[in-house]
Formats: sequence, structure tokens, C-alpha cells
Amino acid sequence: MSERILDIQNLSVTFGGLHALRDLNFHVDEGEIVGVIGPNGAGKTTFFNMISGMVTPTSGDILFEGKSLIGLDPNQVTQRGISRTFQNVRLFANMTIAENVMVSQHCRTKQGVWGALFNTPSFRKEEAEIRAHAEKVLGFFGTRLIGYRLEQPASVLSYANRRRLEIARAMATSPRLLLLDEPVAGMNPKESAELTDLIGKLRSEWGFTIVMIEHDMNVVRDVSDRVVCLDHGETLAQGSFDEVSNDPEVIEAYLGRPLEKQKS
Amino acid sequence: MSDITNDVLTTELADSIGELGEVAKSAFDVDGERVLRFGGLLALALVFISLAGMPEGLDGRQILYWINPDTYVNHPDGQGLSLGYLSLLMWPVLLGWAVGNEIVLEGMVASKRGTRDLVSGFLVGAVGGLGLGVFTILLNAFDLRDPLVNWSEDLYVLLTFNRGWSLAIWLWPLLSGGLGAFGAAMRVMPDFARKAVLSAVLAVLALSIFQFLVDDLLGGVGETMADPGRISNFFESDPSEGRPRVDSVFDGLIDFTYAKTGGLRLQGIILVGVVAAGLSLLGSFVTRGRFKTARKEYFDRPVAERTQSTAILMFVTALLLIILPFFTGKIINELLANVGIFLLLALGLNIVVGLAGILDLGYVAFFAVGGYTTAVLTSVGRGENWPSWVPILDGPGGWLITLVLVVLFAAMTGLLIGAPVIRMRGDYLAIVTLGFGEIIRILFLSDWLKGYFGGAQGITNIPSADFGPLGAVNGIDPRSVFYLVLVFSAIAIYVSWRLEHSRLGRAWMAIREDESVAEAMGINTVNMKLMAFVVGAVLASFSGAIFSAKVGSIFPTSFLILVSIIILVVVIVGGMGNIMGVIVGSLVLIGVLGGPKQPGLLQEFSEYKLLIYGALLIWMMLKRPEGLVPNVRRSRELHQDEFLQDAWLKGEVDTDDEGDEVATEVAPA
Repeated sequence: MSERILDIQNLSVTFGGLHALRDLNFHVDEGEIVGVIGPNGAGKTTFFNMISGMVTPTSGDILFEGKSLIGLDPNQVTQRGISRTFQNVRLFANMTIAENVMVSQHCRTKQGVWGALFNTPSFRKEEAEIRAHAEKVLGFFGTRLIGYRLEQPASVLSYANRRRLEIARAMATSPRLLLLDEPVAGMNPKESAELTDLIGKLRSEWGFTIVMIEHDMNVVRDVSDRVVCLDHGETLAQGSFDEVSNDPEVIEAYLGRPLEKQKS
Repeated sequence: MSDITNDVLTTELADSIGELGEVAKSAFDVDGERVLRFGGLLALALVFISLAGMPEGLDGRQILYWINPDTYVNHPDGQGLSLGYLSLLMWPVLLGWAVGNEIVLEGMVASKRGTRDLVSGFLVGAVGGLGLGVFTILLNAFDLRDPLVNWSEDLYVLLTFNRGWSLAIWLWPLLSGGLGAFGAAMRVMPDFARKAVLSAVLAVLALSIFQFLVDDLLGGVGETMADPGRISNFFESDPSEGRPRVDSVFDGLIDFTYAKTGGLRLQGIILVGVVAAGLSLLGSFVTRGRFKTARKEYFDRPVAERTQSTAILMFVTALLLIILPFFTGKIINELLANVGIFLLLALGLNIVVGLAGILDLGYVAFFAVGGYTTAVLTSVGRGENWPSWVPILDGPGGWLITLVLVVLFAAMTGLLIGAPVIRMRGDYLAIVTLGFGEIIRILFLSDWLKGYFGGAQGITNIPSADFGPLGAVNGIDPRSVFYLVLVFSAIAIYVSWRLEHSRLGRAWMAIREDESVAEAMGINTVNMKLMAFVVGAVLASFSGAIFSAKVGSIFPTSFLILVSIIILVVVIVGGMGNIMGVIVGSLVLIGVLGGPKQPGLLQEFSEYKLLIYGALLIWMMLKRPEGLVPNVRRSRELHQDEFLQDAWLKGEVDTDDEGDEVATEVAPA
């Protein structure tokens, strides 16, 4: 069995009286692609926010590579090697496409005021590396985000390309674990299929371990090694896609109780 | 009856052909509601300005003379136009022009300009003038001097031309209407004529209002031309000191155009007007905007190709700036020194607000820390409680040593104030910084620290910044101050420029755009914001150190909250986040209007400076929120709709991915 990269133990969070997540146990192995599904309001995004340090859990522990992430700021979590995208695309809209990807390499670079002021050789070298890495990451998505697009503001991009740029931005932080929040939302079937392919490549070519929240079951089926279904902050089912998708409780959570059962 | 039906028919006909092409509307077919709205606005503006005391306060300053005052003294009807009357008369022209404004969108047909515009312009002016006429009746009938200080007999005399309201009630509508029609005429005229008239009017007004500037400049240039030896004595403390005033070669010209008492003479008005209009016509017909095209072509080229010419341009600018003080007199040099001091402050604030997006309203605190640190370390007049081991560095080079300590203290203050403040966001942060700004000032003012900082008496006897063989910098010689701020502004510009285009600058921009996301992308937002805060603080402290050496004495009243606000206004009006914008902003606001206590070119308007600042700020926020010289990103942000529309028209927005090749074909190895 491969090494556990993320281990979540008895994780709970409450907002006032609302249990957004309740006693969640969950783990991700190195090199896995895990799909997280669940109806709206199931706590999927809260789950991501908690891993990435934007929400502090009420109890429980998150271990990343054996060390706890509890109490770390989001930037420290990113520094450790977890990066994420956002469900409602949140790019730096007025920065250029290249800059969006360059800025997310911040925690992997170190030049400070002096380097910038005196334009030292190490500063120039680092800038060149940042730029080269940005172009390499953007090149992953074909020609859509490179070339003349590099110097355009992110706001001119189409919806699908914004999603791609968000993934690129997360990739550029050089993470080990990538959290994708609905990566194909709003894309047409052709684009979804293509992105599904790319998510597979993110693992095989870039070596990322991936946790993905997704509503599109085709994508989940095609790419996930394992699927977790959340509802009301609790794990409803875990296992392969077929197991989870045939689980009566999961079907109930999505479609509601069959009529005859309700009567009884 | 038949007339009415006829009218209805005509309107219907006009409506039906309206979509087909231009409609020639009849001369009196004006938009009544719009005219009344603008007229009412004009009346309000005129009454407000009168009550603000502008016409009265500025009446003493004659700017134009039709009757030569050197020959006729005190002509009973006045001999020309005073700045006071101008403050009223300019508004009918502006609103007469504004009333004809029409938004023409793609696919719409602009209405034909003609008599109709003139009539609307006249009516707007007339309504406004009538308002002022009625106001004179009120002035005569009631005495409201108690709440309104400027409600006075003098104002009545001024507004009625000393002939009672029975004249004012018909003369003002006519006069103002005529000016309104003149303003509207600018829309009717062909392009070249409008440009010519506009340049002539603006040139005459500029040369008369900024007369002392012209005097100073022509005097300085003329003297230097008559006695070029001045430049070779580069290190002499003051070019005018110890040398007899040389007759400027331009003295004759000045005597011809200007009256001895100040103001353009009739022949001067004609000369200036004709020259300005001529130059404008030359531009319209001979060069035909070739300069503009060339300039645009130049700036459209990629940055890499421009490096060499940019370097040459910068070198030439630097050279011009260095020799500039030799051609200008004391007043201008003093003005430029003030502009420089505020430019330094504004550049620092630009990093804090423009790049990192931290709205710091207590920025003056760092200016104060810089000023007081310099004062304490160099002046013998500092508080007596200082232990003797704190040295007084008033010897040669002392100021430079002090500067190191100033930077240290400013950075420390920045960290101290910044650490608790920086975790807040938006409005909360602004309010807290406002509080800290006041705390610092009140500490300097307090009796508790009187033994150190002198309380309200401040610290006096601050020596000049002595640079040994290079000379000394003090307020008596504004040229030296100019050079000092030039050096430091250059440093500040360099620092801003380098930081903006580095890893730090990108991080600041990301924080400004979306702080939570920036943090999730691995940026330590607290550290980065603190760094911006400290860099800003250090630049402000430079300015404080220079200010202290320039003025020679500092008091807590030099560091009022108003200073923070004015620096912020400079940054906003100039163009937040753009170095060039900040420079333009300081020149326009500090140079022309003046700083919080420093006079600008419009010395006469000092009393109304804050009024003008406020009006300018409101107007800018409505019409050009991105500032005079906008930052590309900021204007994109503020005009995102228009920007996207443009990008769409140019085919740069990708609306769909159909047709894109599949990414997997080009995947990296």
C-alpha cells in the first residue's frame, strides 16, 4: 500500500449550531485521485476550506504527510504542498495571465527587496525561472493560455479558460496535493471530456495527488480511483465509483426516498 | 388650430425620418427641461461662489485690462477683468458648453449642431444670470450677514456694478446668456476654429493668472542668457546672490504685454491671443497631428525596442531638471521644492495604497517621525530632557548620518503601527490608521513629551543639511532644496519602479485584487503588507528629513491629518498605482493649487484651496476615477465593461472554445 499523504481524523466543524462537518474520517494515498461527491450543502467546499486552512476545524485533526495542519494559515498550508482551486472562479482578474501564474510561485521563491532594487544576478535568474515555469504550466493546456494571451488580463478569458487558468495557478505553487473544486462546472461535454483527460495527466505527468469535488458523474467515474460521498457533513459511502453510485443511501441523498418507503 | 395640427404633423414626420438620418431641428426646438436643469445649476453655482467670497476676495487682482492702467488711474467703470469676476464669468461658458453634451453610441446619429445649440446655451446662461440677479435683490432686501459672512454691501456693489439691482436684474441674464452662447458656440464651430479659439482664450487666461510665473521664468532665462557665466558657477549657493540683477533680454517684451500693476494690457491680450490661435491653426493645418501619430507609433512599439530611446529620454529629462533651477527664479524653485517634498510622500503612499491596496489615512505619521528625528538629532533647540549621549549632528555630513537613523526609526514606527493594523481589512484598517496618525501628532504635541519634542513650540534652529564641499541645503536657498528632493525623488521613483516589477510587486497586486485568494496561493499576506507599509514609511521619512532641514523648525501643526488627506488626493487624482500619475498629480495639485500650507501657482486661491480640492476630487471621481495618468490595471478594473467590449470588438475575447485544437496534442513532455 502506498503512503498516506492526507489523513483526516474525526474532523468536525460547527458554524453556530450548524454541523457543517461531523466526525469525518478520510484519507488520501499518495498518487490517488479521489472524487468527493454529495448534494448541495453537503459540506464539500467547507471540507476543502478546512484542509487549505481557510476554516479552522472545531475538533479533529488533519495530517498531511504525517504532520498536523491545524492552526496553520492558508499560505503555510500552501507552502507545505497543498494547493486548491475555487468553485466560483477567483482569478486575479486585472493581472495578466502570466502574472496570475507567476504570483502563485511566491512561496517557492525568495528574492526580497534588495534583489529587486539592485537587480542582482540571482534576482534576474529567479525571475527568468518564475517566468519559464509559468509558461511551462500554462503550456499544459495547449496553446490557449500562451503566446499573445500571456500578457492579456485574466478578465478577457472565456469561462472554460478561466477554469483552466485557475488550475494552472494552483499547479504553479508546486503542490503535492491538488484540491480541485468543481473543475468542469460550466463546461460543455467536449471540454469536460478533455479536462478529464488532463486531470489524469496531472497525476501521470506532474505527479500530483488529487482530491476533486465534482457534480459531473461522467468525470468522476472516468478519473477517480475512489469516491467519497458526503451528506449533511457526514460520510455516506466510500469506495469505487460503482460501489458508491449503487449505494442505496447515496441514491436516496441525491434523489430522495422512494415513495413506498416514505409511507412505511 | 391649424398651427397646432401642423406642429404635431411636423413632429411626427421628424420622428418617422429620425431613424433614417440626421434631423435638422428648428432653432427653438430646445430641450426645455435640460436647459432649466443646467440653468438652475448655474444659478446655484454663481450664488454659492458669491457667498463663498470668491468674487470679493479676488477682485483686487486685475488680470486683463482694456484700458491701460498706467495712463488712466482708477477709471470709474473699472478698466478690465478681475480674477473675482472671472470666478463668476467662467461658469456660464462651461455650462453653456456642457448643456450641448450628447452621448452618441454606436449606431446612433448625432444631432446636427447649429442655432439650436446657441439658443440652449444662451438660455442656460440667462437662467443662471437671472438667478444671480434675483440674488442681488435679496442681498439688498435682507441682511443675513450673521450666518453668511460674505453677505455684504461690498458683494452687492460688486454684483450690481455699483448701480443697484435694477441694472443687475437684466444685465446679468444678458451677460451670462451671451457667455453661455459663446460656450455653446464651441460645439457649433468646426474643429480647427474651436481649437484656435480655445487656445487663444486659455493662453490669455493662463498668462494673466500665472503672470508671476512668466515674470520669474522669463526673468530667469533672460538673465542667464544675458549672463551665461551663472551656470559655470555651479556650486555657488545662489545664482542671484551677490550678483547685480542683470537686465533680462525679455524686459521689453514684459513691459509691452503686462501692465505695471499686474495684468495683461490690451495689446498683450491681442498679442498672446493671436500667437496662441496662430500656433493652434498651424497645428491643425500644417502638422495635422503628425506629432501625435508619431508619439502613438512610438509607444505602440514593444518595450524592448524602446529601451535605448527611453534611456536617452530619461537622460535628457535628468539634464533638463538639473539645469532648470538656473533658468527659474526663487519663487519657482521654492514651488518645485515643495512639489518634490510632496512627490516623495505621494510616491511612498502610492506603494502602500496603489500597489498593496492598504488605505493608510495616517500616513503623515511617518512624515512627522522623519521630521522630528532629524530635528532632535541635529538641532541645538531640541528639548532639554535628552541625555547627553544623544548626539547633535550639526556638522558637515551630519544630515546624512541622521538620515540613516531616520530610516531606522521610520521603519520601526512602520512595524509598530503596522503590526496591529495590518490584520484588518478595508474600512477598519483605514479608520485605525487614521487614529494612529493622530496619536503620533498628539504625542509630539503633548506636555508629557514637551521636554523632548517641545510641545506646541516645536523644535527650532534646525541647521541646514550640510554636505561639506557640495554645499548646504536650507530653505533660504530653494535651489539647493530642489536638488536634494530631486535626488531623493529619483531614488523613490527607482525604488517604486523596481519593486512594482518584482516578485514583491506581484504579490502586492494579488493582495490588492483578492486577499483571501492571495493567501491561499501561498503569499504571506501579513508580511507582504507590512513590508509595503514599511517601504512607504521610509519614503515618507526621507521627505520629513528634507522638510525639517528646509523649513528649519517644525511644529505639530505641520503634521495635521489634512496632510495625509492631501497626499491621498494627490495619489488618487494623479492615478493610483502609476508613478507618472503621481508625478503629474503632485505637479498639478501641489504645484498649481498648493500644499496644505505651501502656496502654489494659484496663490490668490489659497483661501479656497480646500474647496477646489474637494470639487476637483468629486469631479474626478465622477468623470475619471482612474486618475489623470491611469494605471493600466486600475482603469481596466474601473472600466471593465468598456474594456471587455473593446477586447471583444478586436476579437481578443474568447467566447467559446470551439475550434481550439485539443490540448492533449500539445501536452508537455
